Amino acid sequence: MSAELPPSTPLPIPKSFWDNFTSGLFVMPAVAMFFTFSLYPFFNVFYLSALEWDGISTLRRFVHFSNYIEIFHDKIWWLSMGNAAYVTLLALTLQNALALALAWLVDRDIKGGQVYRSIFFLPPILSGIVVGLIWNWIYMGNYGLLNYFLKAIGLDALARAWLADPDTALTSMAVVHMWKGFGWGFIILLAGLQGIPRELYESARVDGAGELHIFWKITVPLMIPVFILVSVLTILGTMQIYDLVVATTGGGPGYHTEVPMTRIIAKMLGSARFGYACSMGVVFGAILLTLSLLQIQISKRSRVD
Amino acid sequence: MKKGLAGILLASLVFTGTSCNKSDAGDAKGPVTIWHWMSDREDAFKELADRYKAQTGKEVRFELYAPSEAYMQKVRASGQTTTLPDIFGVLGESRDIASFIEAGHILNVQPEMDKDGGVWRKRFYPEALEGNEFKAGNRFNIPPGIYGVPIDVTTIQFIYNKGIFRRAGIDPNKPPETWDEFIVDGKKIAKLGIPGFVSGWGDLWLIECLADNLAFNIMGQDKVIATYRGTVPYTDPDWVKVFSLFDELGKSKILAEGVVTMINKSAEQLFSNERAGMAFNGSWAVNVYSGMNPSLDYGVFPTPRVTDKHPRVVWGGPGSSLMVNAKSPRAQEAVLFLKWLTDGPQQKYLVTSTKNLPSIEGVSQDIPAVLAKFADGMKISVHPSRLPITETSPVIERFDKAIQSIIIGEKTPQEAAEDVESAKKEELAKAANPQ
Amino acid sequence: MSINTIEKGKARPDPLLPEGFQPLREGLTYERIRRRARNSFKSILSHSFLILVSITCLFPLWWMFVSSLKTQQGIFTDMSFFPAHPEWSNFVTAWTKGHFETYFVNSVIYTTCTIAGVLFISSLAAYAFARLQFYGKNVLYFMFLATLMIPVPGQFIPLYVLLIKMRLVNTMPGYILPQVNGGLALGIFILKPFFERIPKDLEDAARIDGCGKFGIWWNVAMPLAKPALAVVGIFTALAVWNEYLLAMLVLSDRSLMPLQRGLMVFQGAHLTQYPLLMAGMTISVVPIIVVYLFFQKHIIKGVTAGALKG
Repeated sequence: MSAELPPSTPLPIPKSFWDNFTSGLFVMPAVAMFFTFSLYPFFNVFYLSALEWDGISTLRRFVHFSNYIEIFHDKIWWLSMGNAAYVTLLALTLQNALALALAWLVDRDIKGGQVYRSIFFLPPILSGIVVGLIWNWIYMGNYGLLNYFLKAIGLDALARAWLADPDTALTSMAVVHMWKGFGWGFIILLAGLQGIPRELYESARVDGAGELHIFWKITVPLMIPVFILVSVLTILGTMQIYDLVVATTGGGPGYHTEVPMTRIIAKMLGSARFGYACSMGVVFGAILLTLSLLQIQISKRSRVD
Repeated sequence: MKKGLAGILLASLVFTGTSCNKSDAGDAKGPVTIWHWMSDREDAFKELADRYKAQTGKEVRFELYAPSEAYMQKVRASGQTTTLPDIFGVLGESRDIASFIEAGHILNVQPEMDKDGGVWRKRFYPEALEGNEFKAGNRFNIPPGIYGVPIDVTTIQFIYNKGIFRRAGIDPNKPPETWDEFIVDGKKIAKLGIPGFVSGWGDLWLIECLADNLAFNIMGQDKVIATYRGTVPYTDPDWVKVFSLFDELGKSKILAEGVVTMINKSAEQLFSNERAGMAFNGSWAVNVYSGMNPSLDYGVFPTPRVTDKHPRVVWGGPGSSLMVNAKSPRAQEAVLFLKWLTDGPQQKYLVTSTKNLPSIEGVSQDIPAVLAKFADGMKISVHPSRLPITETSPVIERFDKAIQSIIIGEKTPQEAAEDVESAKKEELAKAANPQ
Repeated sequence: MSINTIEKGKARPDPLLPEGFQPLREGLTYERIRRRARNSFKSILSHSFLILVSITCLFPLWWMFVSSLKTQQGIFTDMSFFPAHPEWSNFVTAWTKGHFETYFVNSVIYTTCTIAGVLFISSLAAYAFARLQFYGKNVLYFMFLATLMIPVPGQFIPLYVLLIKMRLVNTMPGYILPQVNGGLALGIFILKPFFERIPKDLEDAARIDGCGKFGIWWNVAMPLAKPALAVVGIFTALAVWNEYLLAMLVLSDRSLMPLQRGLMVFQGAHLTQYPLLMAGMTISVVPIIVVYLFFQKHIIKGVTAGALKG
């Protein structure tokens, strides 16, 4: 027996203007706030991306699309996107697998579940400063914790300057990001799991279904919307990684750990090319939007039984 | 549910009523407001504000906004809405300061400085003032003048641990003079099992400082400036020589591991805890080291000489400078306060309480020996803000990152030179066709 | 027939035993022993895994706490698990020097108001996007989605300009409202799938009972979405509690500043007073942990569809 999603019945078609209006009332407060506080800054970015401006002076030069053309040729920008994509891929797979495993275990009323729930959300709560300090210490070359342990168990050959070695810098940073991030996925997945009616599990067990069977036929289909949610949030959060990079590698060595946000900030403050930075933001957002919409579409496809 | 919303709105209204929207502009009688970012000087500033009030009856209010990146965002935002305070700072390059001046936010204090035969002006280290000055014919087309008042200076030099020197068999009173001596000393220290040299080269600008020092020594100021102008390529043998010095440094195995992504704070940590023999850091380090290890026995020496053809230089210039808001109704009051702040007794107080270098000459005899040594570097200092032209940001970034690549063995000096030169060509092309 | 299934009530003859062997005691077959051993093995494995992950999560918290008790000199050199001479006074110093008595209260106010605002407004909107139809629905949803995706560099600057025009600078609403707005897109995005999962039968039942749209939202949708609301609550709480950039731009009165402002005092451009900073952070992390514990209680097994039968 497999669970069915609440049948995707067509939503009620608005019968009248009044019907439309009362439905619209629900979104009114949100839209009102959005129009007040987000509209101007948000569309301002588009306007600014067509300028050559340093962010301070009264001199602004209208350059149409040349910023966008320049981005197309900007090798370092695309390199940074690649770096962020790599970390995101790791996060989508490893981080979310970890979060799911933990959420699943806690959901099954394992002993001490309450305690574990509280502990797993500690990394996201911790300040970026503390996280930076600790992981810098762990990864430090000469006196770091990790190398200390490796040497203690005889694996000297593996010891290195984790954050400075071009082969390991990005992955080491990804590990920190995943460690800090799995707590988010964990609570969302847990919320999703806890919303599945227990009767479904009970009746399946009574019918003699095995754990794996239950997981694939009951849990997963019901969790698909939540999986999409977590995936999209992971992509958003990881592609926009910034504070962690600054706290650990500063984008180095060379350009090995540069990410889109560090490039945007570098252009905004360092090069004083505010307009160019804005256009980078727009391009970045467009890519993220496309990725997210793709994800949602693909998942909707696989939802149809 | 609706009650809850009403409750929140009501609460908000109450709070709006109780906190009035103070607007400083227009009220010429209010206190002089100063926005600063120097957390470690907050207490000293408060003390000075009290002293000023006691002496003159006028009120001065210091407001702290840290860290520096957040501070600059606040200043920029205020700049766009003309809500800047009476005194503030601009953390950035000359170009950023020029933008603020051009927008009319900063007062030219040169007239005040030149008053009475230049009484105020003559107090300062000339280099400190130069860094805040825009000369006639400057490339930003700013009317010539002095736009910032330095309240301290900074130099960045080499620092060495005397105890470790002794253990390595080096005379602690004879720090290395030449580059070769430096490498040799570093190796001796490395034999003890301690890294010979550490620096926070995850912070790109620190690489910049050292590279510039070496470049000035190898080829002289004129050639460096010619390179910035684009008439000398980065593939010139002298520049390749600069890059090869870093190559030598990387291969010598005297560097602490992970230097290329180490943040300066980590480097400072290592040096204070005697886990490195030498460091490259600025005069602010005195304050940092004294907090982490007051008994640290260390000395200072300028960047080692590579050749004798050109003078040895050190990176140094105005540390923190404050600007007066040209549009403020209290501009004159603000100027008077800054004049007082940069006078002998106040500078002496700042030095002793916060261990920074004074911006005025004549107080050196009252400061600790180590600080004095840092201050001496001012005489042979260079600073981008005092050069007629500086390199553009993208090229500097490529330059610094190329050096990082050299140190980890990813690029050869020649490859690095070519890489930086290609970035330079791109920038020159962009400047030639602004559309 | 897989090993995991067992016919009700019957003990299968154990294929590994010689014929005629008797079970140890009534009902206890080797099958069951093996199953129990497998389960304990799984249990030990699961617990070890959970404990390992927990240790990595607890370690930084412990380090932060212990660092607050060290001195500036000892902070990176003293490797002891707990310092021999704990400087408890650091907590007092951090509290006073960081003006926590004012900032703490402010942060609590800001966080509570923002959470209330975000939960209320975004749940209304998310419900509409999930279960209602109206003109322009897709466009509006897309709009909210887009703001999540596009990082607006220096977005606070135009916001600041706007707040000045609205005369909301240096006021509490001026600080709270933009943050409520900031949490809406994420709130809507998270709540929508949870609202979509509500069984239609429950809605229909409520409608039959005479509930209008708002009634259904309040009586049916909200209780069922409690776990999701808790998640949004946690996200918002964390964001507001850790916020300082907007506070620095918008607020100049000391009496209005939030907690993060107090922590900044210990971070100089070059000099960081680590023990005090760690003490301040330890103090500021406690309320957010409390908030998290409160909210996560609601991430519980939801009301089941069984409520319908009866």
